[in-house]
Amino acid sequence: MQRRTILSAALAGLLGATALGLAGPAQAQVDFSGETIEWVVPFREGGGTDRWARFYAPLLSEALPGSPTVIIRNTPGGGSTSGANEFHQRARPDGLTILGTSGSTQFPYLLGDPRVRYDYEVWHTVLGTPTGGVVYVSPGLGIESAAELAELADVELLYGSQGATSLDLVPLLAFELLGLNVEPIFGMQGRSAGRLAFERGETSIDYQTTAAYLSNVVPLVEAGQAVPLMSWGALDEDGAIVRDPTFPDLPHFAEVYEMIHGAPPSGPAWDAWQAFFIAGFPAQKMVFLPDGTPQDIVDAYAAAFEAVVDDPDFRDRAQAELGVYPQVTGAAAERVKELAIGVSPEARDWVQTWLSERFGVELN
Amino acid sequence: MEMLATATAALGDAFGVLLTAEHIMFLFAGVLLGLSVGVFPGLGGIAGLSLVLPFMFGLDPVSGLALMVGLVAVIPTSDTFASVLMGIPGSSASQATVLDGFPLSRQGQAARALGAAFVSSLYGGLIGAVILTAFVLVARPLILTFRTPELLMLTVLAFSMVGVLAGRSLSKGLAAAGLGMLIGSIGAAPAQGSMRMDFGSWYLGDGLQLVIVALGVFAVPEIINLLRGDRAIAGGARLGRGWLHGILDWWRNLFLSTRCAGIGVVVGVIPGLGGSVVDWVAYGHTVQTTRDRSRFGKGEIRGVIGPESSNNAKEGGGLVPTLLFGIPGSGSMAVFLGGMVLLGLEAGPSMVQFNLDTTYTIVWSLALANVAAAGLCLFLSPWIARLTTISFPVLAPFLFMVVLFASFQSRQTLWDLLALLVIGVLGIFMKRFDWPRPAFLIGFVLAAQAEVYTYQVTQFVSRRGIDYLLTWPVGIILLLTVVSVWLGARQSQHLAGNGAARTWPWNDRWPQIAFTGLIAAYAAVAAIDAWSVRVLIDRVFPLAVGLFTLAATLVVLAQQVTGRRPAVLADDEIVGEESRDAGRRGVWTTLSWLVGLTALTALVGFFAALIVFFATFLRLRARQGWLRVGLLTVLGCGGMLLLASSLNRDFPSGVIQSFWLLPWPFR
Repeated sequence: MQRRTILSAALAGLLGATALGLAGPAQAQVDFSGETIEWVVPFREGGGTDRWARFYAPLLSEALPGSPTVIIRNTPGGGSTSGANEFHQRARPDGLTILGTSGSTQFPYLLGDPRVRYDYEVWHTVLGTPTGGVVYVSPGLGIESAAELAELADVELLYGSQGATSLDLVPLLAFELLGLNVEPIFGMQGRSAGRLAFERGETSIDYQTTAAYLSNVVPLVEAGQAVPLMSWGALDEDGAIVRDPTFPDLPHFAEVYEMIHGAPPSGPAWDAWQAFFIAGFPAQKMVFLPDGTPQDIVDAYAAAFEAVVDDPDFRDRAQAELGVYPQVTGAAAERVKELAIGVSPEARDWVQTWLSERFGVELN
Repeated sequence: MEMLATATAALGDAFGVLLTAEHIMFLFAGVLLGLSVGVFPGLGGIAGLSLVLPFMFGLDPVSGLALMVGLVAVIPTSDTFASVLMGIPGSSASQATVLDGFPLSRQGQAARALGAAFVSSLYGGLIGAVILTAFVLVARPLILTFRTPELLMLTVLAFSMVGVLAGRSLSKGLAAAGLGMLIGSIGAAPAQGSMRMDFGSWYLGDGLQLVIVALGVFAVPEIINLLRGDRAIAGGARLGRGWLHGILDWWRNLFLSTRCAGIGVVVGVIPGLGGSVVDWVAYGHTVQTTRDRSRFGKGEIRGVIGPESSNNAKEGGGLVPTLLFGIPGSGSMAVFLGGMVLLGLEAGPSMVQFNLDTTYTIVWSLALANVAAAGLCLFLSPWIARLTTISFPVLAPFLFMVVLFASFQSRQTLWDLLALLVIGVLGIFMKRFDWPRPAFLIGFVLAAQAEVYTYQVTQFVSRRGIDYLLTWPVGIILLLTVVSVWLGARQSQHLAGNGAARTWPWNDRWPQIAFTGLIAAYAAVAAIDAWSVRVLIDRVFPLAVGLFTLAATLVVLAQQVTGRRPAVLADDEIVGEESRDAGRRGVWTTLSWLVGLTALTALVGFFAALIVFFATFLRLRARQGWLRVGLLTVLGCGGMLLLASSLNRDFPSGVIQSFWLLPWPFR
């Protein structure tokens, strides 16, 4: 009797196992119940990327199968390169460690910074958060729109900058391409310090990313203390640069280039600008799973983020923190990553030479 | 007039919200949470706010704000416990409190010091709120008059405090401040990112953080010193006069408290000045305006009242750039801003134009939270003060644990612990040879902004001409600086005259001369290293500071060798009061406990090392019975576990963790 029971139990178990095995990947369930997921943010608490991650973390926790706890682990250092290196070397492909990066992680990678030991190619992208940027000038210069920029050809403009290899590479290169006489004042501790210098009248041209522009520069524009000129633009679904949906009335950079030079931009300098622009703005923040993560876990994350951004309440909540840009998930996010890291060797060489000749910056 | 009417209406609305039961409940919850996080050194507003952020989504803005404000407000209050009772600077807001607060504890007057500190905090917070209520309306244009040259001049003004913080020898003070600046300029240059004195390591490339330097310079030497003596913190293990006496002390120094609160608001309001300097400025001001300065550093109650009045006022002041410009003055304010966004509130000019009532709610929530926090702390202080009567060897493992865990919060690598150890050894020698540690720390705190503003002003002047510098605010600050330097110089002369006449035979003198020589060598290496930096602009500042420090140190060296200025000679091991104790243990054997814990952590990870350390230390060093060894180990390690798990913190991992995946907390 006893013997039979054991036998039948074993048989049942075997059958069950076979059944599961046969069902195969189609039904394999990713379940994070009771797990803790570590979201590595290679920046300090309170920074833009930290805030973005903390915005998403509770939503991700709800949307992942099994509702795991999602905690943020800040690992600042080396301008985010050390945290990204650590993730690259140590994170296990089990879906329990994810990485959130920013343009400041992308740029050293693209510029061939010797500190970088991570490789975007092998990571799986599950979310991309775009942003934009708006350039504005002091009303004292006497121009009212980008169309009048040519009048400033002989005027020296001062720009408060965080450094030529930071995200400021994009504006500095843009000013150069437009033929503007912009002199950077380096050593600003963050973009908000640059804005403060503008507000104090110490500098005359500045840009802010979308969220900061909306909350802190729009009031200046309304009070007649700042004149918006252009946005950097945004990517459409085919990867072409179009007007920024948040600022449909402002021309984007390529339009302004054409206004000034009479022809659409081209050449290695433009290629370089475009590549770094994409890495810095439309693909500014991304979430990655490490190399070798099984496809079902990647899919579970992509589905979770899709569920988060498709939630009807999400748009309202996200507007202040993320702007009106559509968040990209899954395969679309992977495409944006490819665009962001697709800097041609020529464009990279051009930028390295330019940085060295214009600002004396040597990367290695 | 119209503005006044709007403001009054907004203020009325704010108080309507402020006094609802729900608001008070959330505020109080924040206060309790902040208090429990803030008493641990190294953990402050950031750690506390990170805990509540995930819950912000569901809350209505008023409750969410109350929770966050309550939490932020108590940090500069609760960190006072560690500063006064243990000599461990609880956060950047309470560094200067250590200077006189801890000596008071050692004299058995902990309750008095805490009483004075908390009532000063409370008063400072209230004064801050009153000033802000009016100031918020006109803050924008006023703040915008502080351009880069004014900020540079304010940095110089803060530097002038070195004069009063230098102690008995000005040359030593200048050398110490220079050394602090040199250590503060380690790593990537703020201008173009060239590396200085990083020796190729990414850890040094980011520079050392204040928490490690403050713990190393103040906490480690005190812990080691006390442990060598084997007694309780409070000398005769009695508590002396209580907190009522402290409140009375504060009342007698009401004017000082008001002035320091004003300093706190001003420093907090001006963005870019850095909040960690405020308690030093307040302390320096307190010394400058005290007739009898001989008691400072030995338990002068005014030295507690000054900084404590300023640090809570600074929190309030810091709200102005945060709310009006969206520019957070500190890490916790940055996280606070993030929380506001989650609540659907946007910082910016609209906070005064359209959301003045919300702004007032925040300002007065902060005041109310200050009252609640200070009241609670006052109430608790007589009991908590009894910690100072516990035999120190029993307390020591807990302090080692807290200090290491706090320093680990800096970058969360093992290097944090190593850096603490190195700075700790430096601190031990600075204490022994009477090198002024406050001057060192003020140099460290100001290094980065001094470099940034010097660099920016140079660029601006080269573009805009010298007129750019010549404005009336620059002139006023310059005048204040001259006055401050004069006050400082007068004091060091006064103190130098008091130098104990003692002959220093060569045998007694060589250790301190060797130490001075080492500092000179470091300054020389730093100068040479700076010289090799390729980008000119990243070279100038560390080179200038290196040469300055070298020169000042060589002056000290000459004075020590010739022995002509007795004020410059000091050695606790020879003339210190405690050096006469029989049975006092050696500094290296005592330090080896800290080294051992660090080394074991590097091997097996922090938590496993901690268990071994507790048991070994309590048994072999504190000579406790097995039962108490067990109980205290469980208490210490269990408490650590609870703290780390509720804050989602990891522990430093060791060699074995890189081979095996162990379960948390051994991970």
